[in-house]
This record gives sequence, structure tokens and C-alpha cells, in this order.
Amino acid sequence: MTTRFADRFAACARENRPALGIFTMAGDPDPATSTAILKALPGAGADFIELGMPFSDPMADGPGVQAAGQRALAAGQTLNRTLAMVAEFRTTDSDTPILLMGYYNPIYIHGVDRFIADALAAGVDGLIIVDLPAEEDDELCVPALKAGLNFIRLATPTTDDRRLPVILKNTSGFVYYVSMTGITGAAIKSHAAVGDAVKRIKSHTELPVAVGFGIKTADDAAIIGRDADGVVVGTAICNAVLGSLVDGKATAGTVAAVTTLVSGLASGVRRARA
Amino acid sequence: MPLSGANSLRNGPDEDGRFGIFGGRYVAETLMPLIRDLEAAYDHAKTDPEFAAEMADLRTHYAGRPSPLYFAERLTAHLGGAKVYLKREELNHTGSHKINNTLGQILLARRMGKTRIIAETGAGQHGVATATVCAKFDLPCVVFMGATDVKRQWPNVLRMKMLGAEVRPVTAGAGTLKDAMNEALRDWVTNVDTTYYLIGTAAGPHPYPAMVRDFQKVIGEEIRAQIMDAEGRLPDALVACVGGGSNAIGTFYDFIDEPSVAIYGAEAGGHGIDVENGHAASMTGGRPGVLHGNRTYLLQDADGQILEGHSISAGLDYPGVGPEHAFLHDMKRVNYVPITDTEAVEAFQLLTAIEGIIPALESAHAMAQVIKLAPTMGKDQVIVMCLSGRGDKDVETVGRMLGMIE
Ligand SMILES: Cc1ncc(COP(=O)(O)O)c(C=O)c1O
Repeated sequence: MTTRFADRFAACARENRPALGIFTMAGDPDPATSTAILKALPGAGADFIELGMPFSDPMADGPGVQAAGQRALAAGQTLNRTLAMVAEFRTTDSDTPILLMGYYNPIYIHGVDRFIADALAAGVDGLIIVDLPAEEDDELCVPALKAGLNFIRLATPTTDDRRLPVILKNTSGFVYYVSMTGITGAAIKSHAAVGDAVKRIKSHTELPVAVGFGIKTADDAAIIGRDADGVVVGTAICNAVLGSLVDGKATAGTVAAVTTLVSGLASGVRRARA
Repeated sequence: MPLSGANSLRNGPDEDGRFGIFGGRYVAETLMPLIRDLEAAYDHAKTDPEFAAEMADLRTHYAGRPSPLYFAERLTAHLGGAKVYLKREELNHTGSHKINNTLGQILLARRMGKTRIIAETGAGQHGVATATVCAKFDLPCVVFMGATDVKRQWPNVLRMKMLGAEVRPVTAGAGTLKDAMNEALRDWVTNVDTTYYLIGTAAGPHPYPAMVRDFQKVIGEEIRAQIMDAEGRLPDALVACVGGGSNAIGTFYDFIDEPSVAIYGAEAGGHGIDVENGHAASMTGGRPGVLHGNRTYLLQDADGQILEGHSISAGLDYPGVGPEHAFLHDMKRVNYVPITDTEAVEAFQLLTAIEGIIPALESAHAMAQVIKLAPTMGKDQVIVMCLSGRGDKDVETVGRMLGMIE
């Protein structure tokens, strides 16, 4: 198993702070700018990276992430290009954990075994595949774990104590708690309920628990990061890219729009438990 | 001899919701507990005599079943071959087979204590059938419909609104059925506690494909009894159109293990199978993939991105198909054939002119296959076609194509 996730969560725990995970859509708004964003993330304060694999039909995503995926696909992004981006990233960064996040069909079409081999060769540490629940573990999860790729499962407010063991069984790296029943970019309904849920999951597993969906600002990151081992920000990043575009094209300010946001979020996680 | 036991092609789905390699439960974790609850609720309802009695009563007194099996005499003479019978699903309440399914699912939603209903619709027939049962059972209803379809099927949009449903146009993608389904799934994930997703076709995550089939299989069961009455034997061929595949599987299911019955599914051939992204014939022109909760045949590019597809018929304009059809395709039990927009419109005109029946553009695809098939068969042979819906909603689209509207 690749150990970058375990190492990074342990390092953040030693600093008594949550890890900051940043989601960015591969290929948004174009391959070169997206690669530049990816490479700039660790320096801006991202502790781990979720690289989105764009898909034509992102059923669990809100308008912000949907639009980012559409921009990427329109600019010609493919799964091979996304894998190549990771390989390129690894030429300058060998420590920051990266997972690929997306939907199953492009992987199925690429070929599961070939995808796992390509992902490992590129330097990918884990996968989050939204439409592969525990019931479909034989498809990708089991072979990925066997090959040494972390398979990070989503737990949600509907995952009760009876179901938690089912989803934790083949989970590794960390557990991703989805802060609400909803799509990416929606608002967290109750911070207290998220904290309680994180504690509940931690009573079932030794794995770190990161929280995503609905975290937009440094304050959100600080509040949620009090209980969680990690916080993940995605839609706000996609929206920062969008806000920097002129006529749909990247500008000189696009990478900076993201890094400025990430720096602010990084300060948020550093005061979560201060 | 009918096939039986392990040789039966009616053994699916297995406990994982699979028909061969197709089907499954490819949904976000948020929905998973609910899908398991739905499966349990449906398994219980299936064997509950009270549920069966309620369904039977609604079918008879509300939907108007059994629907007639009509011998299309002039059509038969015109085609000069096999005798053509039409299973008149368009005479059901709300004008299509969709009511068979919405009646079953609304009873289930009530049993599960759900207080809000959502649905996707393409042609608007499923939306109307859902809005109808929601009016009857006093439940709030939201229907997602692609913006393109809202325009081309506006009479059904008005019907849904009058029935008290909220129609939410979806502008993503090509604004057709696939996009409506994405948006319905997003709503469902958000409102999972209160909301029942009433899927309109035999597709989606398990248990929907099997459940919708079970609610629609009454079509084939009635055909069997009616054709035995009329002809004293089984038909030689069955024909139905295939969007997601609910009227087709409902028509076919009772006959799948009868080797003497040839079965044809008419897919949307749009501008032609060779036109890239110009058709919606997922089995003729697609390959297996995973979308909307199931593995099935999908129109997609080399990178696994789903194509929008095209059909003149909003109800067939979907890049996938239900998993049981994918299985029957691979088993070579059902012959899935593409029908172009032009062929469908010609069939629409023919049936209207010589039988006085205006078919839905979806059903006109089945008619076009009958037009090809009947002349190749003997006069002593029998074809039964499912006339899945009436064409009132399509008169404007066809009228425009024929230059009848300024
Ligand atoms: C009249 C009619 N027939 C057929 C269909 C296609 O659906 P299915 O393949 O599920 O029967 C529709 C869908 O809107 C319809 O309205």
C-alpha cells in the first residue's frame, strides 16, 4: 500500500491540526493551467490533493463541480491526460498524497487492471469512486487494494451504525465523511451534527476521518477541523477558477486565484484547535 | 417447449441485482441504505395479498385494464403478410403504459412512509402518469424534464402542471432524458429522508429494473390470454419500442421462454446508425458501461464519456437501456433493431391514416418494425405489437415536419 496518506495524516496530527485536502478538476480550464494549479497546491498549503476525473454525467455534483468538469472535457481532458498530470506532478513532489476522484465508467472503459497499473505508475495513492458502493467492491475496490492503491470510501449521514462496518471493511487511507445528504457545493446544515458524526465514525475505525462537501471558507475549515482529521474543499476551488476566467479562458490570475484561496484555508486549519 | 429451470432466461436478477453481467447498484453511498430499504419493501409487497388486491382494483377501475387487443385488419391487408394485432396500451388512463408502473410504485412509496415524489420524464408520459397518481394520493410531485423536451412535448407539460406537479426544466447537456435523470438523482441524494424516486423505466439501480418489469408484465400476460382467445395460439412475433425498455420488457416477459415466439425491440435510429451522436440505439451502436446505477449498453466515446444521442422521439432519446434488455441482447433472445426518425414518422402517418389511431412517436418506432416484418411473414402468422402510447403530444412535432404548421 502506498503510505503517503498515512504519513501525511500522522504528520498533521503531530502538529495537532487537521489536514487540508484540496479538490481540483483535472484539465480545468485547460491542460496547462490545470497542471500549473496542481503543482502550486502543496506550496500554497494543501496537505493532500483530490484530483477530479471529469465525467459527462456527474450525478453527485452540484453546479460548481459540474461546470469545472464540463470546462475540462471541452478543453480535451481524458483519463490518460489526467494520469499524465499526476506523473508530471510527481517529478517535482514525491510526498504529497494524491487521490483520483470521479465516476466509474471512464475507468471501466479504460480497463480496470490497466487503470490500476497506470495509476500506480503515475504516482497515485488512492481512489474515491462515487458510484461504487461497498456492494460493488469486486469491480475495482478489491483489485485496487490488492495492488496497493488506497480505496477511500464515502460515509454519509445515511450511513448508520448498522451499515458503517459494511463500508469500513474495505476502506483504507482515510474515511471521507460527506457532511450532509446532498451534492457537492451545498450548505452544511449543522456543524454540531458533523462533529458528532465524525466522533461516531472514529469509534468504529482507527483510520483518519476527513470531512468534505460544503466547506468553503477558512472559518468553515477551522470549525469542522476541530473534530475531523482532515477537511476537503472542492467547489470553492472550482468557483475560484471560474471567477478568474475571461471569455472562458485562463488568465494570468487563474493560478493565483486558487493559491490565494488555498493559503487562506491553510490558515483556517492551523487555528482549528488553537 | 418452453424453456425452464436453469435454461430459463427469466431467472434474473440475482440477489446482487444482476442479469448476467448487467444491472447492479452503482449509486452513491447516500442512496444505498434507501435502495436496500426499497428492495425490502418491494420484496414484502410482492408476496402481500393486500398489495395485490389494491393493485388489481386500481388497474381495473382507475387505469382501465385489461387494455384491448385489437386486430388491425386494414393495416394487415395493406402490409400483405402476417396478421397484425395491436395491444392498446394507449387506451389506458393517461394515454400510455406508464400508468401501470406509477400505480405500483406509488403504493410502495406510501407503504414506505415517503411524503414527496420525484420523477424524470422524456416524452412527458411518465411525468403525467406520476403527477396523476400523486394527485390521486395527495402527494407533492416534482418532475425533472430536459429543456429540449419541455419544448417538444409541451402538451404534457401543461397536463403535469394542471395535475399539480412542479415541472423543473433541466438545461444541462442536450436537455433530454439523461440530463433529467441526473438532476432527479441529485434531488434524491439531497432529500433522501422524505423523497421517493419514482423511476419511469426498467432501468436504474436494483431493484428498479426488476420492479418496473414486474409492474409492466401485465401487458404480456394479457396478450397471452387475449391471443389465445382470438387465435387459439401464441403469436409468432412480438414487437415493442425500446427507450429504457419498460413497455418492451412488459410485453416480452411472459414470452421470453417460448422459443416459438420471435421478439423484436425497436430502438431509436435517429438520423441513422452511422451518424455519430445522431441516434439513440444503445444496443446496436453502444457498448457496455456504467451509468445511472446500472451496467448496461451505453452510447459513449472512447474515453467512457456518455454521448447525448438523438431521436425525434423524446421518450426514446436516451443513451442507455434497461439491464435486462442488455442481457437479452447478449443472449440473442431479442432482436434489437434501429428505426430512423423518418421511418417512425412514416409509420405514424400510416397507422393514423388507415386505422384511425394516432400513435406516440415512441410507439411509431415499433410500428415501423411491423411494417418491415409483416410482409416477410405468412398470412397465417401473427404479430402482436405493443402500442405503448397515444400521439396527441406529438401532433405538433409531426405537423412541423410535414409542413402543416407555418
Ligand atoms: C408512449 C411511450 N412509449 C415508450 C416510451 C419509452 O419508454 P420505455 O422504453 O420505458 O417503454 C415512452 C417514454 O416516454 C412513451 O411515452
